[in-house]
Parts: sequence; structure tokens; C-alpha cells
Amino acid sequence: MSEQLESGAPTFLDDYPEEAAVVKAALWSSFIALALGAVFGVIQALHRTNILRVIDSADYYTVLTAHGVLMVVSFTIFFLVGLFTWATVRSFDRGVESIRYTWTWYGLMVVGTLMAVVAILGGFVPSLDISADVLFTFYAPMQAHPLFYGGLTIFVIGTWLAGADWFWTWRAWKAENPDERIPLQGFMVLTTMLMWYLATIGIAIAVVVFLLPWSLGLFDQINPLLTRTLFWFWGHPVVYFWLMPAYLLWYTVLPTVAGGRLFSDPLARGVFVLFLLLSTPVGIHHQYVDPGIASGFKAIAMTNTMFLLLPSLLTAFTVVASVEHGARQRGGTGLFGWLRALPWRDPAFTGMMLAGLMFAAGGFSGMINAGMNINYLVHNTIWVPGHFHLTVGTAVALTFMAATYWLWPQLTNRRLYSRPIGLAQVVIWFVGMGLMSNAMHVMGLFGVPRRTAEPQYEGFEFVTSFGSITELRLQLAIGGTLLFISTVLFVSNIALSTGTPKLSGLGKPLSEPLSGAHDSPEILDNLKLWFAIAFVLVVLAYSLPLASIISRGGILGPGVDPVPMIIEPLGATLEPLVASLQPPLGRLAAVVGGVGA
Amino acid sequence: MNIHNYEKLWLVLAMVMIIGFISTVVYGATAVGIEMVNDEGGTIDSTALEEDDRFAEPRVEQVGDNEYEAYVVARQFIFEPDPIEVPANSTLTFYVTSPDVIHGFEVVGTNANAMVIPGEVTELTVELNEPGEYGILCNEYCGGGHHTMEGKLIVHPEDEFEQGGETDE
Repeated sequence: MSEQLESGAPTFLDDYPEEAAVVKAALWSSFIALALGAVFGVIQALHRTNILRVIDSADYYTVLTAHGVLMVVSFTIFFLVGLFTWATVRSFDRGVESIRYTWTWYGLMVVGTLMAVVAILGGFVPSLDISADVLFTFYAPMQAHPLFYGGLTIFVIGTWLAGADWFWTWRAWKAENPDERIPLQGFMVLTTMLMWYLATIGIAIAVVVFLLPWSLGLFDQINPLLTRTLFWFWGHPVVYFWLMPAYLLWYTVLPTVAGGRLFSDPLARGVFVLFLLLSTPVGIHHQYVDPGIASGFKAIAMTNTMFLLLPSLLTAFTVVASVEHGARQRGGTGLFGWLRALPWRDPAFTGMMLAGLMFAAGGFSGMINAGMNINYLVHNTIWVPGHFHLTVGTAVALTFMAATYWLWPQLTNRRLYSRPIGLAQVVIWFVGMGLMSNAMHVMGLFGVPRRTAEPQYEGFEFVTSFGSITELRLQLAIGGTLLFISTVLFVSNIALSTGTPKLSGLGKPLSEPLSGAHDSPEILDNLKLWFAIAFVLVVLAYSLPLASIISRGGILGPGVDPVPMIIEPLGATLEPLVASLQPPLGRLAAVVGGVGA
Repeated sequence: MNIHNYEKLWLVLAMVMIIGFISTVVYGATAVGIEMVNDEGGTIDSTALEEDDRFAEPRVEQVGDNEYEAYVVARQFIFEPDPIEVPANSTLTFYVTSPDVIHGFEVVGTNANAMVIPGEVTELTVELNEPGEYGILCNEYCGGGHHTMEGKLIVHPEDEFEQGGETDE
């Protein structure tokens, strides 16, 4: 197979050894978070399905907080900064301006993560007065230890400085190449970071202005709807911050791995511009069923959300077209026969393709979430984690793992320990997520809630219209276990790769697009213009809702006291009052009609 | 800029689909009458619910021929009143608020599903046509006992409601 032949080209490590060290450090941080997150994940999968309960149910929420934060903040964003450093240095073909500066932002991100993780894991030690059992969303007036908010702040500052590093490289490159188009990977990095700067305004205000001083006791009241809305101001675009590195890999690495070339550079640029414009003014779609926000604001967020489907649908086209081109280059023929000509034995290729396939499924469940009215049926049910385990949990996570199989030799000058194990790993992930996510989606339709240690209630049973809850729980648990096994295989494979012999010539240059940058209008590279439009769209989408929330509840909402989240295992005294005055009268699934006026 | 014909076709189909999705929601809102939970429930001092006419005593009240209002307090880790009881063929408006943290209010197996936020009153109207019993659960994490937070909605047959069901007044 040709992709196994060495190109003989120098690797990234050969060309940029100092930068390669930072990229490797960032990826290791990411994989450690992934491994820890997977341990917490499998504990949850077995606990909530009542198959194996090794922890107290009150501690489930500590586990859940750790799983969420480690996976979607640490794993994803550490991978992003590693990948983006590689992509920036590679595509501008110049080292960073100051390697000390680069290590500084990486160091800040590590310190921030450690602070937050200590605060979260403190929840397991009752004698310690530290805990942060507030989940990834940390909705006030639940209150975490200041260490949690402080860690988060330092982590985000680290990402800001990282972005500045890449802009710095771009400026230096531009001074020497004033008339050149921004290279595609560099363009993707810069537009993603502009989106991130805009998005993090929300979380920065929520944490630095409100939650951190409030947790330090500087004031004792808070407007929970305001901090919640600011959270989602950031909380939706952050999903594109997870996804854009995967898109970068699909657009720039996958075509090469498939043996072909990217279909269209201009379209790729257009897609990233659309994400910059539309990622942020949509966050209120997480708040469709919130009180205190007028329907009109929700409708605006929904409209923007639906248009946000466009860049992903365009991506589906371009990626499949590029892969087909690769297959035909490799001798594939026929309407679908070309699929056989693809390098399915390569874990990097197969992993990214399976991730893309899962993303299509996740896209469809996302369209349902985005529908304002049908969202009533699935809001905060386990359908929602079913959805995002397809998107961030597979489209992003599996792409990252698969791409690592391709990238790792170029950062280390060592071959991967085992390609067959890599191939098995990506397939096990796909199967495991297929089972787990399917079970979650189906249970969600029957009303089973998310974020719940024991979704087994005393006063009622969930009614299924097909299958049984027991069978679905089993499916979820098997899927979760497979995902855990897959993670162990991945991390072990990478760890063992540090012991394979050093080789030279493992470099793999990326192919050039079929339709290059010069086919696209220059205005696409006008970053100031796109940022300005994105900013205006955010102001339009958020100024009135935020003004309304503040005028209703006050900037520090009256009458809401902090509720510190230090969880003690609960006694029987807090069991709910379950009154069953009448014998069950039977159930009809759809008696409660529309939520009519 | 050179865009392939297949690409143009795909772009058009994608736009048609997006506009189709938006249209279905607009149709649902205007023709079917599915309203969103919105800002009409008003605000409340969540530290002083006991001084509020509606929430000092969580209860169900009849406000019209077949119209009922339920004033519900969702707190760590119970719903009050519990159970909520109404006759069939009625319209029930829930007013739900919280004195402590954010909760969820979900009538299991239905599309009655909303967030409950301290300082805000969630207003949600449902039509209850058939008798039956429904679980109510909190679907937003609210603390260590979150998984025990449940309640019940009992829709009595109309002819049995006066005799057996009403317990609040």
C-alpha cells in the first residue's frame, strides 16, 4: 500500500524541533485528560444503568463534573492548541516568534487545568473544604470553590495567548510575503481563533465579573438567568472550537491520507468564514425552554442555528468529493465501487471516515434539537448527551485519535507501535458509540433524564413504545465499556510508540487542493471584515436579550443566595415524598397535548 | 471563483432544507399553536416565596370551567404540591419557581418540559384530555439528591374528580 511507503521527506520534528516539543506536550496533556475522562465515563455508564455501582450516588455528580470538564475542556482544547501550533508553523513554514512565549501559554493552560481538577476531585474528600460538583455548565446559584473558577480563567487566558502566538506568526509571515494568500491551514487557525475571542467574551464576563468574586464572598447575590445566558453565549460556539480542528483535519489531512487532493480551497475558506459569523449568535437555542427570555429572541437564535447547518452540509460535500477523488487516483471506478479502492487498513483514514459518518448522524439529531418546538420532547433528556457523544464524542474525538496515528510519527520520528491495534481501536470506538448513542437517543424519547445518577424512580416507570428500558440500559453500558476499552488501546498504543526505534524520512507532505486559493476572491482573506460582521451579528442577537434579563432581575439578581455544592451522601430523610393516592390508572403516551396558549 | 455544478446543486438543496426546517417551526407556532416558554411568567423574590400569594402554599386552583392553575415550587429535592391533581378534559397552566437552584420540570413521556430558574416564574400551559398518571421529574442537576427529585401528575376521570381527587381546598 502506497501510504505505507516512506516519502523520505524530513518530518516536522526535523524542521522545527522546538515547536514539535510543544505540540507533543500539548497532545500528551490532551491524552492524559482523555484517559482520566474515560475512567469517569465508564463509571457513569455502569452506574446510571444500575449494572455496577462502585461509588455513592451523591459522588456520581463529582464523577460527572470531572468527566465533562476533562473531556470537553482539557482533552479537546489541549489537542487543539497542539494541532494549531503544528498547522500554523507548518503552513506558514516558519517557527514561532518566541518559543518561551509559546511555553508560557502552554504552562498557563496546565496550571489552570490542575486548579480546576483539584477543585473538582476535592469533592471526593469530604474532610477537604474544596469541591466543585457543579458540572461542566456550573449554573449559579450552585457555587463551586474559587479554585474552580480561577483555574478556568487561567486556562482561557492561556488559550487567548496561544491565539496571539499564531497571529504573531501570521504578522511576521505577512511582512515578508505581503502579496500572498494566507495558506489554508493558517487561515483555518486564524478564523477559528477570531470566533474564539468573540465567544469567550461571554464566559469571561460570567466568570471574572460575577462567579469568581461571588465565590470569594465579595457579594452574595447573583442573577442566575444572566450568568446562564452568558454561559451559553460561549457554550455553543465552544462546540465549534472543538469541531474546527477536526474540520481542519478533514479538509487538509484526510484528502492526502486518502491518496487525493482537497476538492476546493475557496469553499473551505468560505466554510470557516461562515462558522466565524454564525457560531456565536445562536447560544439561546440552549435556552428554548427557559423562563425570562421572550419567544422572539429564541426564534432569532433558531434561525441563525438553522443557517449554521449550511457550512457543515458544504463540508460533507467537499470531504466526500475529495475522498472520492483520492479513490479514483488509486484506481477506483464505478458509482460506488471507488469506495473499495480506499485505504481502509490505515487507522488514520478509517478513523476519520467513521468519525465523519457519525457526524452525519449527530447532525441529524442536532437538527431536531434545534427545532424550537420539538425540542420540548428531548430537552435535558439523555437524548442530548446521545447527540453530543456523536458530535464532540466521535466526530471530534475519533478524528483527533485517528489523526494522531498520522501525525505522531512526524512529531517523534518514530513509527506507531501498532497499526492493527490502531485500526481495531477506531472500529471499537465506532461500534461502542453506535450502541451507547443509540440507546441514549431512544431513552431520551421516552423521557429518561440526563445528568442523573439513578434514573430509576419510585413513583413511576418509563414507558417505551418499542424495546425495553432494561435492554436499552444494557446497550448503553456495553457501548460505554467498549469506548473505555478503545481509549485504553489508543493511549497505550501512543505510549508504546515512544519505545519504537528512531527513523528518518517519515515526513508526509500534504497534497495541494484541486482548486487552489487563487480561485477564491481575495475578500475571503480580509479577517478584519469578517470579525467586524461577526461582532455585529453577536450584538444584534444578544444586546436585547441581555438588556431584558438585566432589567428584569437586576445585574446581581435580587433574592438569590449562593448554594455551595459540597455534597454529603444523603440519608433517607431527603427521600422524596411519593404519594400514591390512587392506583395507577394506566398510561397513554401522548395525553398531554401541545403546550398551547 | 469556480464552483462545480454538483456543488451548486448541493448548496441549493441545503438551503431548501434549512428554509424547510424554519418553516415547520413557524407553522407549529402559528397554525398548531405551540408556544414557547417565554418571559410572561414574570420575576419573583426567591428568598421570600412564603410571602407570595401564589407560592406560599403550593396548590392547584380552579380558575374557569375547565381551567386550572398549578402553583408549583421545585426545591432540593421535591416538588410541591405532590401529587398535582386535575380532572380530564381540562387546561392546566403550571407556574413553577425555585427558592434554591435551577431545576428542571418534566412531565415524563410528554412534551411538557421546562427549566425552573430562581427569580423567574416558568409559565407552561398544557391540555389534559385523557385520565392517567404521569411522573414528574427534575431533569436539571440540582445537587447530591437530584436523582430522588420526583413528583406526580394525576388526571382523574371527570366524574370522579369532585368526590375523590381534590385535596387542596
